[in-house]
Amino acid sequence: MKTTSVMIVGVGGQGSLLASRLLGTLLTDEGYDVKVSEVHGMSQRGGSVVTYVRYGDKVYSPIVTEGECDFIISFEKLEAARYASCLKKGGRIIVNTQQIDPMPVITGAAAYPENVLEEMKANGFNVDDFDALAPAMEAGSAKAVNIVLMGYFAACSGMEKEKWLAALEKTVKPQFLEMNKKAFELGYEGQTSRTA
Amino acid sequence: MKKLLIGNEAAAWGLYHGGLGLVSSYPGTPSTEITEFLALHNDIHSEWAPNEKVAMEAAFGASLAGMRSVCAMKHVGLNVAADPLFTLSYTGVTGGMVICVADDPAMHSSQNEQDSRHYAIAAKVPMLEPSDSAEAYAFARSAFDLSEKYDTPVILRMCTRIAHSQCSVELGERENVPLKEYVKQPSKYIMMPAYAKQRHPIVEERTAALTAYAEDCPYNRAEYAAHSDIGIITSGCSYLYTKEVFGDTVSILKIGMPNPLPVRLIQEFASSVKKLYVIEELDPIIENHIRSLGISVKGKELFSAIGEFSQKTIREAFLSEGLLLQAPQPQGPSPSVPGRPPMMCAGCPHRGMFYTLVKNKISVLGDIGCYTLGAVAPLNALDSTLCMGASVSGLHGFNAARGKEAEKKTVAVIGDSTFMHSGMTGLVNIAYNATNSTVIILDNSITGMTGHQQNPTTGYNIKGDPAAKVDLEALCRALGIQRVRVVDPYDLKACEEAVLEELAVEEPSVIISRRPCVLLKYVKPKTPLAADPEKCRGCRKCMKLGCPAISFRNGKACIDATLCVGCGVCEQLCAFGAIGGRKEA
Repeated sequence: MKTTSVMIVGVGGQGSLLASRLLGTLLTDEGYDVKVSEVHGMSQRGGSVVTYVRYGDKVYSPIVTEGECDFIISFEKLEAARYASCLKKGGRIIVNTQQIDPMPVITGAAAYPENVLEEMKANGFNVDDFDALAPAMEAGSAKAVNIVLMGYFAACSGMEKEKWLAALEKTVKPQFLEMNKKAFELGYEGQTSRTA
Repeated sequence: MKKLLIGNEAAAWGLYHGGLGLVSSYPGTPSTEITEFLALHNDIHSEWAPNEKVAMEAAFGASLAGMRSVCAMKHVGLNVAADPLFTLSYTGVTGGMVICVADDPAMHSSQNEQDSRHYAIAAKVPMLEPSDSAEAYAFARSAFDLSEKYDTPVILRMCTRIAHSQCSVELGERENVPLKEYVKQPSKYIMMPAYAKQRHPIVEERTAALTAYAEDCPYNRAEYAAHSDIGIITSGCSYLYTKEVFGDTVSILKIGMPNPLPVRLIQEFASSVKKLYVIEELDPIIENHIRSLGISVKGKELFSAIGEFSQKTIREAFLSEGLLLQAPQPQGPSPSVPGRPPMMCAGCPHRGMFYTLVKNKISVLGDIGCYTLGAVAPLNALDSTLCMGASVSGLHGFNAARGKEAEKKTVAVIGDSTFMHSGMTGLVNIAYNATNSTVIILDNSITGMTGHQQNPTTGYNIKGDPAAKVDLEALCRALGIQRVRVVDPYDLKACEEAVLEELAVEEPSVIISRRPCVLLKYVKPKTPLAADPEKCRGCRKCMKLGCPAISFRNGKACIDATLCVGCGVCEQLCAFGAIGGRKEA
C-alpha cells in the first residue's frame, strides 16, 4: 500500500498531540507501518503547531511536505490556510470553523482573513468545514475540540468506528474517557449527518 | 512487545533495558522526555540536577562507583557540561556511561543550531546517531556495552525530528547488570598532569581501535542498488528523507556512528559509484572526513548547513543536479496569512512584571525560558537573550560599562530554574565586584518552557515527592545581596513600586516576582473577566499587555472567556472600569 499522509494542524494548547497519538495508535493496531511527528517546546505556547501522521506498508520520512498530504485536519481556520499547500491533488482538508486570533492580529499589526475558507473553496481546495466547538462544549469541554474533529475524520477515514473507539480508550486518561467518547460520537455524527 | 514510541521514549527504554542504574539530567527541548520516561521506573535512581554539568558529574560518580549511568541534555546543555566531558574522555568509565544529547536543527525551541558532533570529535569519544525510534532503542541499549568495552563515555545523538517522532519499536527485557566492585585507581581517575599524561596516549589508541570498529560496526551499513551510479552517504533523519525520495534506486551508506568515522568502508563505497553525495544536516562533518580521504564528493554545495531537511530539500537539490525527480502537485498555493508566533499564556505571571518594565522604559537583559517570549510584540520587553544565566552576569558587565546611567534603568530577568542552573554565580559577581544592579527572579515555581519539571526551588523532586526546597530569599542574601524583596506580579502597583525603588537605591538588589505558572494543576483559574462594551472607550490600553484572551472587535476590547483565567492585570489597567464581571459570574 502506498503511504498515506495526514496532517493535524492548529494552535498550541488545542490538543493536536493527543489527536495524533490517537490516530497513530489506531493505525499501529491496524498493522500499518506508522510514523508520527510531534511538536514540543516553545511553539506549544500558543504558536502554530503541526503534527504529521504517515502510514502504509513502509514509511520512511516522518514529515509531510508540499503537495504530499491526503488529509489535513485543521483545528482552526487560519491554520488551515497556512498549511493548505501541503494538500495533494485529490486530498481533503477538514476545518474547524473556530477563529483564534494570533498575536499580530491582537496587536493590530495584521487583520484576520475572515473569508479565508471561502477563498480557498473558490480556488479549488477541497474544504470540508465544520463547527467542532459547539459539540465539544456539549460533550463537556471546549478542550474536546480535538476529539470531535477526530470523530469527524473517523467517519470519512474508511476505518471501522469500533476500532477508533478502542484506540481512544488506549489513548485518553480513564477519567476523561466518557467525555471524549461523547465528543468523538458527536464529531462522527456531524460527518455522517452531512453525507446522509 | 511492539509499541509506538517517540524517539526519546524509545531511547529511555533502551537505556533502561541496557542496565541503567542512575540518570541525572537537566531538562531541555528536545531531550527532556528521555529522563521523564526513565523516572517512571522505581528500580533506578532518577533526578533533575540543577544544571547539565552537575548532571554529567553525577553520572560520572555513578560510573566510578561501578553503575551504568546516563545524563541527558539538549545541545546547548553540552556546552555547560563540556568541562567534565573532555576529561571523562581521559578517565574512561567503570560502569558504562551514556551521554544523550539532542540537537535542534531549525531551532524549534533553541537559541542556536550548533552541531554536537563537533564535541564528539573534540573530546574524542564515540557517538551513535539513530534514524528513528527503533534505532534509538537499539543504539541506546548497546551503548553501555560499547562504553565498557572501549572504556569511554558514549554520546547518543538525537535531533528534534527523531526525539519527537514516533514509530513502532520491538521492546526486549531489562538486562540485570550488577554493580561492579569499587577499586581505587588513582592513575585512571585522578586527572592531575602526571596521570593525565599517561591517559592521553590511551585516548589516542582508543580512537584507533574505535575507527577499526567503525569499519564493521553494524550501525554503519551500505545498501547497494543494483543499477545505479549514484552513491549517497547520509545519517540520522537525512537517511529517512533520502530513502523517501530514492527508495532502493541508489546506493546508500548509512552512518550510525558519526564518530569516529570509518575509512575503508567509505573508500569501498565511494569506489563502487560514479557520483558521490553526502547528505547531512548542519555542519559538513562526514563531508570533511570524506574529503580528507582524498575522495571527491558533493555535499554542502547542494545541501545547506542551515535548518532542517525534508524529502523536498532532497528532491530540489537533485533537480539542480539534472536528476529529474517528479515533485508532488499541491491543490494550490497557501493563501497568505498572518504569522502565529508562540506567546505567553493568558494569565502568565510574567506579563505583569514585563508590562511594568516596558511602561517605565527599562532596559531588560533576558534569559532562557518562557519569559523569553516577553521579547515579542506588543511587549517587546527584552534587550538581549544569550544563554542560561547570562541575564545576571551580563547585567553586571553592562552596568560596569555604562555606570550610573545604566544602573538606574536596567534590570536582568531570570526564571527560578534558570537562576538555579547558572544565575547564582552571576549574582555573586554582582555582590563581589559591586555594581548597583537589580535582578528580577521570575519565580513561577516550576521549569516552565520544557513542560513543567521540578527544580530545587519547587520543594518537589522528579517523582513529585517532597524534597529539600531552596529558600530563594535566604540564598540571595547569602550570596551577598542585602536588599531582597518579593512581589506578586498580578499586582501592578506593587510591581512598579518595587522596580522603581530598587532601581533608585544605591546598592544591588533582587526582586522575586512570585506567582506559580497558571498551567500548574494546583493553580485554579478564577472566574473569567468580561469587558463591558458600554464602558469601553476603545483606548487599547489593555491591548498593550499582549494577552491572548483580549482582542479588539468593532472598536472595543473583548475578552475570550475560554482563555481568560481572571488574573485581573487588565482590570487594573482599565481607566474606565470597563473590565470586570467577577460578581455576575
